Amino acid sequence: MTSFLEKLGAAVIRWLGLIGEVVLLVFDTFRALKKPPRIRHVVSQMAHLGVDSLPIVALTLFFTGAVMTLQIATEFIRFGAQSTIGGVVTIAICRELGPVLVGVVAAGRVGAAITAEISTMKVTEQIDALRVMATSPIGYLIVPRMLACMMMVPVLTVFGDAIGVFGGWAVATGYSGVSSLTYMNSIDVFTKAHDIVGGMIKASVFGMVIAILGCHMGLKSPDGAEGVGIATTRSVVASIIVIFMLNCFLSLILFSK
Amino acid sequence: MIRLVDVRKSFGEKEIIHGVNLTVNDGETLAIIGGSGSGKSTLLKLMIGLIPPTSGEIWVGDRNIAGMEEEELDEVRLHMGMVFQYSALFDSMTVGDNVAFGLREHTALSEDEIKKVVAEKLELVGLPGAENMMPTSLSGGMKKRVSLARAIAFSPEIIFYDEPSSGLDPIMTTKIDELIMNTQKALNVTSVVVTHDMHSACRIADRIAMVVAGELVTCEPVEKFRQLKDERVREFLSAAHIV
Ligand SMILES: Nc1ncnc2c1ncn2[C@@H]1O[C@H](COP(=O)(O)OP(=O)(O)O)[C@@H](O)[C@H]1O
Ligand SMILES: [Mg+2]
Repeated sequence: MTSFLEKLGAAVIRWLGLIGEVVLLVFDTFRALKKPPRIRHVVSQMAHLGVDSLPIVALTLFFTGAVMTLQIATEFIRFGAQSTIGGVVTIAICRELGPVLVGVVAAGRVGAAITAEISTMKVTEQIDALRVMATSPIGYLIVPRMLACMMMVPVLTVFGDAIGVFGGWAVATGYSGVSSLTYMNSIDVFTKAHDIVGGMIKASVFGMVIAILGCHMGLKSPDGAEGVGIATTRSVVASIIVIFMLNCFLSLILFSK
Repeated sequence: MIRLVDVRKSFGEKEIIHGVNLTVNDGETLAIIGGSGSGKSTLLKLMIGLIPPTSGEIWVGDRNIAGMEEEELDEVRLHMGMVFQYSALFDSMTVGDNVAFGLREHTALSEDEIKKVVAEKLELVGLPGAENMMPTSLSGGMKKRVSLARAIAFSPEIIFYDEPSSGLDPIMTTKIDELIMNTQKALNVTSVVVTHDMHSACRIADRIAMVVAGELVTCEPVEKFRQLKDERVREFLSAAHIV
């Protein structure tokens, strides 16, 4: 029992320590924005990160939209509410499922790639080499990745939203017998720009989380070759947990009225 | 000039460097010798401000870098160069871009001027025309030389070398040693060379400092060092068949 409590206490302290370090890193990164960011690096990161994730985002959201419609269409039609199906699916995707699922996919692809790259740089002393050449790893490595993720994850989310809504449409019209016009009309009636923009704001925050945690875990990776693997796993797990928790708060702030 | 005053460094609970006092004079080549795990790299990282000491003072010129903020340290580092044990080349960049890195970051030189400096430094380390190669395609000895070219691109006043000849064959080791000596002469720099190779140390250094388990045992001119009666020094010398 005491050993369980000890372990729990140690875990809590570790998490609090991690939160403290990450918050400091966020501050340092925003402080580094005083100097103009390296646009070329931001753009190349965006291209790299975006292209990496497009196919999985498309697959994930298509099937999510499809299966959700499959479940709700039967019930809604039973209650004579088929004219709301399109709207409900679209709102759920734009507000919640799009940003969260794209966030999770990006954590797995982009966050893992960032951590692997940076921890390799750490293990091979390239981070030290940057510092010796009077170049801040924060400005040089973290800032472009953070900006790229903050812009790219929302873009991916809008793309994913569209695919998800399309997946819903495919099932609604092809399987559940809702007419295309009804589905589209319902989107038009129920969905507001705020649903999409709010989702993009979430996605941007998730992008920041993925980049900062990805960089942090990379910079703090254990020494040695196996350190890269450990750091990468930590980064993905931490990002996904934080995304789910933050999503709840962000929904309260953005969509509770 | 670099001067360490009672420098201590702990990682967690464990003290690794136990109160080192050491002076590196302008223009000299100091070799720091010691067994693996004795704290040589840690000493080097302390001197260049990559890690802060737990206590003590580290003077570089007239500035104490112990406890300095990173931004302030960067000004000091513009006068330093370092050749890392495993070269630490940026493997996403070509050799030319590696050497040009500091110039692009910190000067307003035009691309043409940078090209000229890069070519000149690569020539100096015996790798003319290697600009477009990728680091992954280079041998260990070539990487070390590119790393040196990168370190001297910015015309530093002090160059640090961490085990410049580790992992190299004897012929390449001799070449790197010559390169260190030539660089010292050509640029009139202060050099600090960490090594566990006694032959290299005797060949290139003006003075040799010996570190055992985080303590500085001695620091003497090469000739005097070879005559020392200290058992730990004798052991090192005889292992290298120098006595
Ligand atoms: N960042 C670190 N964290 C914990 N221990 C370290 C760290 N860096 C070095 N050490 C320890 O300090 C000792 C000296 O290391 P180092 O200076 O690399 O030795 P050397 O370069 O002489 O082989 C070793 O026992 C090493 O494990
Ligand atoms: Mg070492």
